[in-house]
Amino acid sequence: MVVETIEEGIVTMIELFKKTEIDFVGKRFVFFVISGLAVLVGVVAMIQIARGPSGGANLGVDFTGGTSLSLKFNKPVRMEEARHILATGGLADAELQAVVAEQKLLVRIKKEGGGKMDTRVSNLFFKALPENPFVVESSTEIGPKIGQKLQKDAGLAIILSTLGIILYIAFRFEFRFGVAAMAATFHDVLVILGIFYLLDKEITLLFITALLTIAGYSLSDTVVVFDRIRENLRTKKRELLPTVINRSINEVLARTFNTSFTTLLAVGTLFFFGGEVIHDFAFVMVLGVLVGTYSSWFIASPLLIVLKDVMPSRNEAPVFKKA
Amino acid sequence: MKTSITWRVGLILLFSAISVFCLLKPMTLGLDLQGGMHLILEVEGEKAVENTVERELVIIRESLEKEKVAVKSIQREGNSILLVTPTESETAVTKILDQYPNFRIKKESGTPSDGEKKNLSLKEPEVKRILEASTSQALETIRNRIDQFGVTEPLIQKQGENQILIQLPGVKDPKRAMELIGRTALLEFKLLDEDNPMGRLLPATIEPGAEEKTVKEFQDQVPADRQILFERKVDKETGEVTKRPYLVTKQAALRGDVITDARVVIGDFNEPSVSIVFDSVGAKQFEKVTGENLEKRLAIVLDNTIYSTPTIQGKISGGRAQITGSFTSSEANDLSIALRAGALPAPVNIIQNVTVGPSLGQDSIEKGIRAFLISALLVVLYMLFYYRLCGLLANTMLCLNLLLLMGALAALHATLTLPGIAAIVLTVGMAVDTNVLIYERIRDELRKGRPVRLAIDAGYDKAFSSIFDSHVTTLITALALFLFGTGPIKGFAVSLSLGVIINLFTALVGTKVIFDIINRRWRLERLSI
Repeated sequence: MVVETIEEGIVTMIELFKKTEIDFVGKRFVFFVISGLAVLVGVVAMIQIARGPSGGANLGVDFTGGTSLSLKFNKPVRMEEARHILATGGLADAELQAVVAEQKLLVRIKKEGGGKMDTRVSNLFFKALPENPFVVESSTEIGPKIGQKLQKDAGLAIILSTLGIILYIAFRFEFRFGVAAMAATFHDVLVILGIFYLLDKEITLLFITALLTIAGYSLSDTVVVFDRIRENLRTKKRELLPTVINRSINEVLARTFNTSFTTLLAVGTLFFFGGEVIHDFAFVMVLGVLVGTYSSWFIASPLLIVLKDVMPSRNEAPVFKKA
Repeated sequence: MKTSITWRVGLILLFSAISVFCLLKPMTLGLDLQGGMHLILEVEGEKAVENTVERELVIIRESLEKEKVAVKSIQREGNSILLVTPTESETAVTKILDQYPNFRIKKESGTPSDGEKKNLSLKEPEVKRILEASTSQALETIRNRIDQFGVTEPLIQKQGENQILIQLPGVKDPKRAMELIGRTALLEFKLLDEDNPMGRLLPATIEPGAEEKTVKEFQDQVPADRQILFERKVDKETGEVTKRPYLVTKQAALRGDVITDARVVIGDFNEPSVSIVFDSVGAKQFEKVTGENLEKRLAIVLDNTIYSTPTIQGKISGGRAQITGSFTSSEANDLSIALRAGALPAPVNIIQNVTVGPSLGQDSIEKGIRAFLISALLVVLYMLFYYRLCGLLANTMLCLNLLLLMGALAALHATLTLPGIAAIVLTVGMAVDTNVLIYERIRDELRKGRPVRLAIDAGYDKAFSSIFDSHVTTLITALALFLFGTGPIKGFAVSLSLGVIINLFTALVGTKVIFDIINRRWRLERLSI
């Protein structure tokens, strides 16, 4: 990366990327293997999520039903102590998580409490720790019916947006490009899902929201690259496809970098300064921008070469349909 | 060219003015930002139907007694009444039952030899009416209670067939609010049955939580028209709660629907209790009940818990009574509110309860705004660094974008939620993307040696398709989230879609018009891009 100011009489510009010639597609099979493995983890995660509460995924109470509370104490509380207090109150299966820096205790109980589980939990702590006052910062109790409804709604939102994106791609792209773009989008979503699954992070409504937003966003990088490939395929008909693709990615490197970087600045700030409620959400967005940029370089574009061998198209076929 | 510029500048100014105007009013903050409660209640309409049948049963029995028809047995089974009467009074029974058109009357097979057994079931349309009415009645009652509790701008609305959505922004004591809203507040006066020998078998006190076990244990010995209820006792010194079982009549001697007023009174020992006033019908009934049952004990039952069991010393006329029990003053206060507002027609279940404390809400606002400011600053600096004067232009458009976005949110009365703020931050990141795409295209054209003016036009033309594509795909997901998201997520979807649309406008109309204005005034030879 070179910072360079060019003064050529008519323009003054800073270029972070001066005529690069990075070979993006040469090592494509290495990246395919890496991504393939990551996607596999994502598929496993999806199956576990689909299995519901009995599956291995860490489903949030929005989907399973149950209660989650955030208690902020005056003095630190030891985990074993908190676990003991809950166990004596008949809530041995509560999941606990401590935010040590803020003396917070997050409690999750995946069973029905008739809307009063928060009172029950806070009464337990109130009695057991009279010398350590606390406030209930937030509590969420979701009955099984609502959980099912939220699950259904999230499913519908996923189906609708997937369908919408597929239809849009079908409408805008030539078939081969459409398949590659879609593959890259699914790749991004599944990889992030896999990462969340491996980190055992909670799958909540907010997570699904972030994931869908990323599905929409990650396409835009791909579109920019594909746009250039289309143009270069038209003008440089003699060149081999890998060469055209490499040249195209290199030509638009600055804009892919800049668009991703500015978005990363925004979601990164959200990640570091946005507070705990939005933390996981911002984490998905950060991952999404990174994975999305990676996939448009190393997955979507090289896939075009593979797909050309699998489904050779007529030479003059337009890569993009006219808008 | 000139008219087109005027037109576009006018449009931008108009939108900005509207936005500023809309922003004069403060934005509504979501519950996640200002703190508060979000509840979804489900009304157990079935119970309302059963209650109606129970009430009708009493009336039917009374009219049968009035006509001197001997009733062998009458009892409720689910939504129907089973009635057994002697065969010889069949005509009289039929005549009486004709007065109750809401019931479908069916002769039961397996009729006992000396009588007629009938099944009176509530007709479908009537059941449906009760189910519907129970939700709207519950909604009215809850609205009454909340109004008296004092919450600013509560949202209470029916949702679906039997659900009630309640939002209480900024509520200070969520636990208390929920007790007040969720309790049925059915007040009943029931006579204690102390003559029944089985009553003596009951334990003096039991642990709280063991009620169900106790009821099960004595189930077989309790007569059909009696039931076991528990009195809640609090030890004044230790604060220990115990329950005492009593055998009481199943049939209430008097119900809370005859109450006209309920107030807190402070007793001699500084103990709060609730004094109630009956309407004229209730007063007469109360007088009759107390007159007929001298020296007996009357249980004051609220939501199936006995509060006190005073002995009837004499006929009480005047239509007043007092509920004592181990109340705190806020408990007594809430009870009086609930009694004034009336009982719910059926019990409600809380199926969703999201509570955010005010401190977390405040924390979220502060962090959200801080994240927004930092991200805007970083993006603005980067754009200035990379694109120089054109970066400044992009930054100006970013400001315009945010102004219009906030204005649009205010104009639509959208509620600002934390995910909504996240969407605005995301918009900051994406707003400049459009400019990046355009500027890089212009650079391509400049590198090819095109004059500045043509390069700008060509840049806009050629960047359009990718800009359009990336906006549409984001818009598709935002739409899906809007349709199926709830609460904060909807806030995210609204902010994001508005951000995307406004972004398209500011980049394609806003920046372009400034380029056009500059181009028209001066012949640009150099471009700081």
